[in-house]
Amino acid sequence: MGAYCISTDPQRCIACHACEVHCKAKNNVPQGASLGKIVILGPKLVNGVPRMSALFLPCFHCEDAWCIGACPTEAIRRRAKDGIVYIVADLCAGCKACITACPWNIPQWNPQTGKAIKCDLCMDRIDEGLEPACVAACTTNALRFGKPGELSQETREAYGQAVLSKGFAG
Amino acid sequence: MKKVVYTLCFMCSIRCPIKVVVEDDEIVSIEGNPYVGAMKGGVCPKGAAATGLLNDTERLQAPMIRTGPRGSGQWKRVSWDEALDYTAEKCKEIFSKYGSKSAVWCERTNFITDLSKTFTKAIGTPNYFTHDALCKGSVNTACRSLFGYTDAQISVDYGNTKHIVLYGRNIFEAIEVKAVNNLLDAMGKGAKLTYVDPRVTITAAKSTRYLMIRPGTDLALNYALMNVIIKERLFDAEYVDRWVDGFEKLRTFVDRYTPEWAEEETGIPANEIVALAQELGEAKPSVIFHYGYRGANHPNEIYFRRSLLILNALMGSIEAKGGIFFKKGPKDAGHKAGLRNYSSQKFPKMEDTRRFDGCGQDKYPIADPAHGVGGMFPLAVLNEDPYPIKVLFAFRFDPLYSIPDLNQNLKALEKLDLIVSIDINWGGITWMSDVVLPESTFLERSDPIKMFPGLKPAPYRRVQCVTPRYDTKPGWWIVKALAERLGAGEYFPYESIEDIWNYQLADLGLKPEDFEAKGFVELSDKPIWWDRKDGLKFKPPSGKIEFVSSLMEEHGFPSFPPYEKLETPESTFRLMVGRCAAHTHVATQNNPYLNELVSENVLWINNKKAEALGIKNNEMVEVSSKVGKGTLRAFVTDLIHPEAVFILHGFGHQEAGCTRSYKRGVADTLLQEHIMDTIGGSPALDHTLVSVKKA
Repeated sequence: MGAYCISTDPQRCIACHACEVHCKAKNNVPQGASLGKIVILGPKLVNGVPRMSALFLPCFHCEDAWCIGACPTEAIRRRAKDGIVYIVADLCAGCKACITACPWNIPQWNPQTGKAIKCDLCMDRIDEGLEPACVAACTTNALRFGKPGELSQETREAYGQAVLSKGFAG
Repeated sequence: MKKVVYTLCFMCSIRCPIKVVVEDDEIVSIEGNPYVGAMKGGVCPKGAAATGLLNDTERLQAPMIRTGPRGSGQWKRVSWDEALDYTAEKCKEIFSKYGSKSAVWCERTNFITDLSKTFTKAIGTPNYFTHDALCKGSVNTACRSLFGYTDAQISVDYGNTKHIVLYGRNIFEAIEVKAVNNLLDAMGKGAKLTYVDPRVTITAAKSTRYLMIRPGTDLALNYALMNVIIKERLFDAEYVDRWVDGFEKLRTFVDRYTPEWAEEETGIPANEIVALAQELGEAKPSVIFHYGYRGANHPNEIYFRRSLLILNALMGSIEAKGGIFFKKGPKDAGHKAGLRNYSSQKFPKMEDTRRFDGCGQDKYPIADPAHGVGGMFPLAVLNEDPYPIKVLFAFRFDPLYSIPDLNQNLKALEKLDLIVSIDINWGGITWMSDVVLPESTFLERSDPIKMFPGLKPAPYRRVQCVTPRYDTKPGWWIVKALAERLGAGEYFPYESIEDIWNYQLADLGLKPEDFEAKGFVELSDKPIWWDRKDGLKFKPPSGKIEFVSSLMEEHGFPSFPPYEKLETPESTFRLMVGRCAAHTHVATQNNPYLNELVSENVLWINNKKAEALGIKNNEMVEVSSKVGKGTLRAFVTDLIHPEAVFILHGFGHQEAGCTRSYKRGVADTLLQEHIMDTIGGSPALDHTLVSVKKA
């Protein structure tokens, strides 16, 4: 995901889909399209016990992005500074090659403009020092945005602190 | 230039504190108010969809007067003056014949409730009710029967709880952002969540223990829990000795309701009931039996809600950290007075004080007149009891889709001479109205300041973020304009929202500017708790929590009537209704974003029952009750008890002006029979029996 990643905490996710709506409202995404998608498994009974889990799927911003290679008009580009893959709308011819080339069909179709659209991690917000809309206003703070190294550090620190504090609790 | 506005959402009734960024009169972003920690910057899907409402071309856009038959969708777009003059002329005509008591004002409780009450008092009608009456009237009555406080005066300390028990309080789908985050935080620290519901919801999936109970038998479970808690002395003896009146009566009463008895009634194994009681006993007093959010399920509702509050009292969890607490107001925080009200002015004496619903009077002596008993509205109109009702003002509230038995509601409307809607969207009642007065959305208007009592009481302010997109007005402007035309303008001594704010704040020593920085002003630095040993201020005559309630007994209602078993006859199902995270009440189904998330309701039906009826998943089925029938898609699943079927509330809209929600799914009120908790005042929304067949 370029320099960044978005991780999902399934313990906190309540499957409310606010992330998708925040994305749509911010990016003016038409009906039927969804730049970021929260995928929910369940609720289902597993050995009689209700369970569910969740995973947020925005664009992965691949290092070697299929969509960039497939685009005949060079409308899809990668930002040098952080690897965000984005579409220059003016250059998009509406051929849909990016949608079919992407192994996850992540680029979306905007029938109102006849062009492809995709998640750019709200790079205008990132440039203002903000998080992507989906992450910033997630109802329960279930989504986290950051650099992979930072997320790993934070998660390990929090886990370690929890283990250690259990030792103090007795 | 971007500007930041701290205001309050109103996509649902929770009214979360939000931070709105605006640029060039457009909304850039809506996030949780960062000065309110539990928001965690979050906004639920409904709040996220606020710009969908703001920019919706299918919402109400200008005052309108009906030109064709009611419900035909034929309207004349008029000026505000014309709409208001027309309304006032009609009212005067009707009042001259039937008196002003022939008018009923109903509303979703909101920031101008003080002004709506001023309006009804000023024009001289005792007839006012709120949505709350239909949602949780019995919870209110139950609370007052025990503590002398309403349910709105207590709250839940989610963040510090060790064990919370939710009975169909589907907290992770019927969302209050702060509560959800506080509870998730507590669970992250090891708090347990027990969830009791005939249906596996998202809350069930996130619980530590899920109990699939037979529909309608929650009270039996609670009596058995009390039985175990008392027999095994799991209760907080010190607290009960100090603060409870009537404990011995309860002990004798629940002696017969053993876990084995409850197993037969509820389907929950006796050993699970015992284990739950023991676990709660260990975690007390930081335990919560959630007393309910919507509390309108069955005719014994008041007794079920009382049982939840009694269980909390047994655990000593009332006014305990991690339990339930009393909300503290400005006076608790050392202020002499709170916000000044308009509705406490002196008004002319009313010609007749009998209410349409008999609330606080003959029919519902102990229900709360501040909210009324809305369920009585169609009956009062149809039976002209106690006198003819001829005018309805519906403010942001839809009686058609909220009061059970839609067909009866429609018949009642036929007897009305004037229906006036003040709303934002088309809905059942707006579509059937004679006059439509469109209110501006919460992003387009400022509202009176609202006191939020709590551990740290604080007044909050809603502020206009952008200019109105259409010819709409704020509610406080509309109600004054109506009053002026009915000769009651003197009770609305304001011209602008600033006048209202200054009037409200006069006794509190605050100025409107004080709200600029954060959107609210905390009246206390620290959480205010009463002293559990000597400082609990219970209001009943005994000064204690009255298990044997003087309020009830004095009006001839027993505190502990024997439990009545509930049968679901073979070949029928108990129809349950509920919520999802995407929608609120009947108000959001046509929102472009939210409609995309959930566009219709489906009938949850148990897979084995469906198989026996030859119904396959996704097939259309016909659901019928004694009062109505409808056709919708089946969701065949093992996630629901065989005796229950379930649909989401809020669908089945018949307003052609709303193309996205028009005729999608079935309205629950079409199927629901008009059954009431005749003591507490709630309708029994989950009590109707239905049959299901392939369509």
